[in-house]
Amino acid sequence: MSTLADTLERLETTRLATAISESTWAFPTIETVHVLAITLVVGSIAMVDLRLLGLSLRRRPIAELLVEVLPWTWTSFVVAVASGALLFASAATHYWGTAPFRAKMLLLALAGANMLVFHLAVQRRLPAAAAGDDSRGGPGAAAKLCGAISLCLWIGIVGCGRWIGFV
Amino acid sequence: MKALIHWLGNTELSTLIKTVTWIIPGVQVIHILAISVVVASMGMLDLRLLGWAGKRHSIAEYASRFLPWLWGALLVLLASGSILIIGEPERSLGNLVFQLKMALLLTAVAVTLGFRGLLVRDLSAGASDLRPEHGLAAKIVGGVSLCLWVGIVTAGRWIAYAG
Repeated sequence: MSTLADTLERLETTRLATAISESTWAFPTIETVHVLAITLVVGSIAMVDLRLLGLSLRRRPIAELLVEVLPWTWTSFVVAVASGALLFASAATHYWGTAPFRAKMLLLALAGANMLVFHLAVQRRLPAAAAGDDSRGGPGAAAKLCGAISLCLWIGIVGCGRWIGFV
Repeated sequence: MKALIHWLGNTELSTLIKTVTWIIPGVQVIHILAISVVVASMGMLDLRLLGWAGKRHSIAEYASRFLPWLWGALLVLLASGSILIIGEPERSLGNLVFQLKMALLLTAVAVTLGFRGLLVRDLSAGASDLRPEHGLAAKIVGGVSLCLWVGIVTAGRWIAYAG
């Protein structure tokens, strides 16, 4: 454990990390970028999830929606991770020790696993009908389940993220 | 304004919101989730208006797909935002950044309604989509709206730090 504590301490005493924690404007500015990136990540993922659940965009082929939306999701996810890493570095030991930070990382890992299951197993077995119009049959139970799990996990991730600021 | 802040801050509802520790963080989470819906759907529509994405679909199609989400999410934002204001009126109403945020919000709604009016007029005049002569207007609306929403989110986060 001491090596982990050392690593965290080394991280938060880097010049970049101390510059962020000592500046009055750096943290809020990076945090604003983080929030903007998250709105794009969560909003675009929610579009896909709601489509899988059959709650919106039912006339749009799922494959087409994925191609159109996911590049925006990934781009903003990279921005969210980079800005989040900077925020984390500014007080690494503190964040690591808080429950909501750990919960958020756990939920993120679960969301990643759920995404892998969807892309590797569920997506390729989508019924042909669901590739187009839902009036000819929906995407099926497995896809719906992935959508529901994803939606819940991302709501949880935003919740934990906001909670970090209160401890 | 001072009197309003004082009165709001002393209502029973305000005391309740302040004293139950989970209300403000919980409502903030709902507020952020709703702003995600706004940013993603308006982002899609604005990028379409700018011609940077979704060009295979018509502007009318994008508007009818995403504008209902904007109005729905705005209602949630208004409700959750009101709870936050009642809980901490001094932090919000008395804050310059908050006032700027409200001005940007009203502008964004006005710009969106203006665009919607233009589209509805073109469609009801028999056009299948926004008329090509309104293409520049659409681009301006897309660019302005995108900037406004980024500004609104930025101002929203900075209420906690400045003003």
